[in-house]
Parts: sequence; C-alpha cells; structure tokens
Amino acid sequence: MQTKTIAIIGAGPAGMEASASLAKLGHQVVLIEKKASTGGHLNNWHHLFPDRRPAKELLQKLKQEVNHSNIEVMVNTAVHEVKQNDYRYELVLSEKNVINANAVLITTGFELFDAAKKEEYGYGIYNQVITNSDLEQLFQADNLAAQFKKPVKRVAFVHCVGSRDAKVNNHYCSKVCCVTAVKQSIEFKERMPETEVFCFYMDMRMFGPYYEELYREAQEKWGIVFIRGKISEASQTRDGSLQIKAEDTLASKPLRMNTDLLVLMAGMVPAEGNEHISRQFKLAIGDNRFFKSKDNHFDNQLSDTPGVFLAGACLAPMNITDTISQARAAALRIHEYLTN
Amino acid sequence: METKNSTRLWKSYQKEIADDHYYYARSCIRQNFFPASEKVFLKILQEELQKDIYDDPHHTTCTGIAYHSDIIPQETTATVIARHFALMTELGYENLAISCVTSFGLYTELLETWKHFPEEEAKIRELLWKATRREFSIPKNLAHSSDIIFHNREEINNKSKRRLVNAKTGQPLKVVDHIGCHYAKLFPEKGIGGAEFPYVLTGMVESWGGQVIDYPERRHCCGFGFRQYLVMANRGYSVSNSKKKFDSMAPYEPDFIVSNCPGCSMFMDKWQYTIAEMEGTTYGKGGYGIPVLTYEEMAGLVLGYDPWDLGLQMHQVSVEPLLDKMGIDYSKPNKYKTQQPNSFPKKPLKLMV
Repeated sequence: MQTKTIAIIGAGPAGMEASASLAKLGHQVVLIEKKASTGGHLNNWHHLFPDRRPAKELLQKLKQEVNHSNIEVMVNTAVHEVKQNDYRYELVLSEKNVINANAVLITTGFELFDAAKKEEYGYGIYNQVITNSDLEQLFQADNLAAQFKKPVKRVAFVHCVGSRDAKVNNHYCSKVCCVTAVKQSIEFKERMPETEVFCFYMDMRMFGPYYEELYREAQEKWGIVFIRGKISEASQTRDGSLQIKAEDTLASKPLRMNTDLLVLMAGMVPAEGNEHISRQFKLAIGDNRFFKSKDNHFDNQLSDTPGVFLAGACLAPMNITDTISQARAAALRIHEYLTN
Repeated sequence: METKNSTRLWKSYQKEIADDHYYYARSCIRQNFFPASEKVFLKILQEELQKDIYDDPHHTTCTGIAYHSDIIPQETTATVIARHFALMTELGYENLAISCVTSFGLYTELLETWKHFPEEEAKIRELLWKATRREFSIPKNLAHSSDIIFHNREEINNKSKRRLVNAKTGQPLKVVDHIGCHYAKLFPEKGIGGAEFPYVLTGMVESWGGQVIDYPERRHCCGFGFRQYLVMANRGYSVSNSKKKFDSMAPYEPDFIVSNCPGCSMFMDKWQYTIAEMEGTTYGKGGYGIPVLTYEEMAGLVLGYDPWDLGLQMHQVSVEPLLDKMGIDYSKPNKYKTQQPNSFPKKPLKLMV
C-alpha cells in the first residue's frame, strides 16, 4: 500500500485518538495544534465523570498513543490557507510550512462559553463567582478550603450557563454540564463536608451509563439539594457573600438565598477558528454554528467536501467517550476513502 | 466588588448619542412630581452647554402608562408616537431627546418592532395620515435625556461649582443609583452600561466626585410597576418592593438616591413616608429619609443652582441633610416661598421633615 498522509487539525482527544488509529493502520499523520500542547481541555480538568478517573491518566494514554513513528505532532501551528489540487490538499501553516495531505480530519473541538456574557451572574465582576473550569483548577490543590479567601459555608451550582439559552443564541444542550455539576458537587462535599451544596437546574439530563446513579448518590449519600429553576441574578452583600435570586419551579415559589460561592456550568460553543476552517475547506456550518456532517446517521464523520472528515466536539457538544468513538469511526472512514 | 472589573463591563455598553439639535419629548408625570427637573434639563442644555433643543407645546403623553396597564391598543400608542415623530420631522429635527424612561422604552420598542415588521410601520403611517394628515421620518438618534447629561458629564464637571463630596470630611458622597426598568431592561444594548451594571447614572456620579454603592437589591424594581400601583388592591405589593430595596441599601448609609425614571424617583421618595407611617421605619439618620434626586436635580446642585429653584422643596423626603453635607448655603425661609399661607400639609408623624 502506498503511504498516504493525513492532516489532522486539532490535537485534543479526538485528534489524538484518530491519529493513533490511523498510524496503526499504516498511514502517515501530521497532527496540527495551534496551542502549545496537545490534549485540549483535558489539560484543564482534574477528574472525569462518571467514574472520577483522573484526566491526567487519559491524557497520558493519549500522549503515549501519539508517540508513534507515523505521527508528526506540530504544536503552536495554525492552518492559514488551504489549496485543493485534485484529491490532495495543500495546507499552508504557520511560518510558511506546507503539508500535502491526501485527506484531512477536522477535530477542532469546542470552547467554553464565556460566562461573563451572562452578566446577571457577575462572572469577572465578583470574585466569588467561578466557572466549572475554574473549579477543576481548584480541585488540583490538596487543600480545597485553603483556596478560598473566606470560609465557604454554602455553594450554588448554576446549570445551563450559555446552553439552552435563546438570549445568547445557543439553543442546544451542551450535554455534559449536568453530570459535571453532579460530579463537582460530590467532589466539593467530599473535600468540604460541612459545606451546603445546591444545584439550580432546568432539567437533569443524565444520558450516559452510571450518570443517573451518580445523581442519586449526590442526593442520597451527600445531601446535595437540587432545585429546578434558573438563577436570575447574583449580587454582592456587605459580608462579602453573594445574594442569589431564583424561582423554585416545582414549588412555584421565588427564592432568595446567600451563598459564598457560585459555580457557573459554562457550556460548549464552537471553537473560534471554525469559521476560518469552514471557509478554507468549504465546509457547511449548522444552525448551531458547529460543523455540519454529510448525514447525521450514516455519514456523521463525512463532510460535504470529499477527503475532509469531521470528529468530536467540533460537530456538537459531546463527552469524551463519544469523542473517542467518533475519532475511531473517522479513522476507519478515512482508511476506506484512501484505500478505495 | 472589583471596581476595575465592573467598570470594564459597564464601559462595554456604549451607544451613539447625538451632540446637538434635539427635539424634546417631555414626560406626562414628571411635570407634576418633579416640576423643575425638565426645566433644569432645558436650562443646562441651552444655557450651560449652548445646545439647540426644542420644547414643543404640541407634544402629548406617549400613552405609556395606559399601554403598560393594558387599557389601550398597541395601534393607538404607535399612532400617538408616530404623531410625535411627525411633529419632530415638520420642525426639521432628527434627534429625539426623551424625558421619561417609559416613553424611551416604548419609542425604542416601536422602532424595533417596525424593523422586524415593516408592515406594522406601513399600517401606522396610514392611520396617522387618516387621523391627522401628517407624515414622519424615523429619528436618526433616540436618546433618553439622562444619556444626554451622561454624554456631557465632563463639560458639566468643568462648569461645576460643587462636588458630590462631604464638605466636612472630604469623602465622596455615597450614592444609590437606580435605573428605570424601561431604560435598559427591555433593550440592554440601548442603555449605557446595559441592564445588569448600568453606567449612565454611575458615570455622572463618578465624574462629579461621588461614589456609587453596589448593594444586593440594586437591580430590584422600585415598586411602581404600573399595575402594582395603579390597581389599588396591589399597592401593598408596590410598597413591599420599595421596602425591600430600602432595607437592602440602608446598611451602606447612602447619602442620597438618584434615579432616571419618573416613577422610580416618585415612589422611592413617597413610599419612605408610607413605610414610616406604617411601621415607624426611617432610613436616613435622625429620623429623616434618604433624599431622592432626579439626575437633573443632581446636575443642578453640581452646577451651583439654588436648591429651591431645582424644586427640591417638592420632595417628600427632606433634602436638607444632603445640602448640609455638601456645604450648600441655602435659605430656609425660601423653601416654601411660593406656597400659599395656610396651605401647608400636616407634618408626617414619623418621618422627619
């Protein structure tokens, strides 16, 4: 078999897993990452749901996989321009490096919604307001309580920040925030058992295996209180805590309470560079602003452009399990494309 | 609050405000509640800032109170507003300066509606023509009059005779700013600073030496809420909302409240008397209330105008404690110089005046 080169744009879990799969099938892979390191958002996460597996463990495995003679990893590298010659793509990269690829896989992933856009929560204004990503960083420390300037007697998690929200034009569900909130609230309770934990949700979407069980554990074992209702605003009080207002939609009552920490479950939004990539490869963008696949049942990893494939959270919000499955599916589809 | 952060957010909402040549749309209720405010606005613009602003006697109510009370059809409101546009057009003006935040919200809502439903605009043009034989152009610039004061705040500062500073201590006065709901909550992008951390009044206060208080119920409604007040059975709801705000701001010991809404200024002023009578609670020091100013009155004090020419004697809550803090030399006998003898109302039982 003649060796074919595949360019993979984005070295998060999808790009790394697809690279490894294609390398094992005998293809040459150039894995392009615009940031300084591979691994994407895994670098910022402490533990993963639902089994609380350390993110580092997964990251390490993916890094071992891409440490393959058929894979060239290019970090700090962006794709500036793309030219198509017959069935080959010429990618002009940073510092005018050029790669000729027989196929291209887009795995540019997602970005976290900028929680400051939901001004009513005061992210970036009040120090007591953090995001799910910020909390994962705090979880890295051995002593969680020592990370806060004042004792945290009560913490409130807000689900669906930037998801299912017409006001920010994100109508979709980011899927992973509910279970992340459940996981993080349990972790909080484990580390700081005296802290009261509240979760404010719209619907609990426990779609994956063992998610529902985790949700039950949060309530039964840890006494975490789940309130169906969105927080309408947060403001600072004189003692430095936050006053939050919400509606308990099951009790049909407005609610007001003080909390020492507010954790915003920021959802997923398409990566900033997706528009540029879509223009270069003539890729369709869906109404949700993620890439649109050729057929969402049978050809989910195919784009409308021959030789250009898609995998992972650049298509829609998804968890790592689905991302890895999609990466492997994309590798197989690319292999079929190149061998036929 | 991290002031630096909040300022960044406030400043992220800016809008275009015309520099000159305004057609002035007065409020139907401010002339009764705070009669000198609109006069002072015109004086500041015409005499201090040398601007061209036309005060049209043919202008009427915008019907906002009836509209928000569900007793008038939308088409009627739209046609009345279209008539105002026609008056402005006939006089050759393109920039509308609106005194009332409910009018401002309603005018904005109407223009936004017409953007999305041009057939509605066509219908209203036809209704106006049939009713009055008038035609109109869409205003090039729509600004609330507090936007215009904000826009000129540094020039006002340059002409200031007084600062929002405690004359004895030299400390900035602590100010509660309150934005009318219809100023930015309907269309956050149309208000300076948006709806959550509005900057329009804060900008004035900061420029003139004061300090704004960020208290928990800062964004809460003043209690007016139209139907909460206009339907008599709901008035307890109205006063309880105002009380919630006063209870929340009182621990910060504000020197005064400033608002850009006719209803908010009125209710936050008058309900302090009601709460004092109902339960004996007063929110200022020594049994006084917290003075409530309109932004024109605040600007007038900064520019050195006589407090009684600003109409501050019309307030329920006495402003003297504030005037004393600012070191203003005012005449006590002149406070009621225009009042007819034997026409003074009874003194409140609890609230000091």
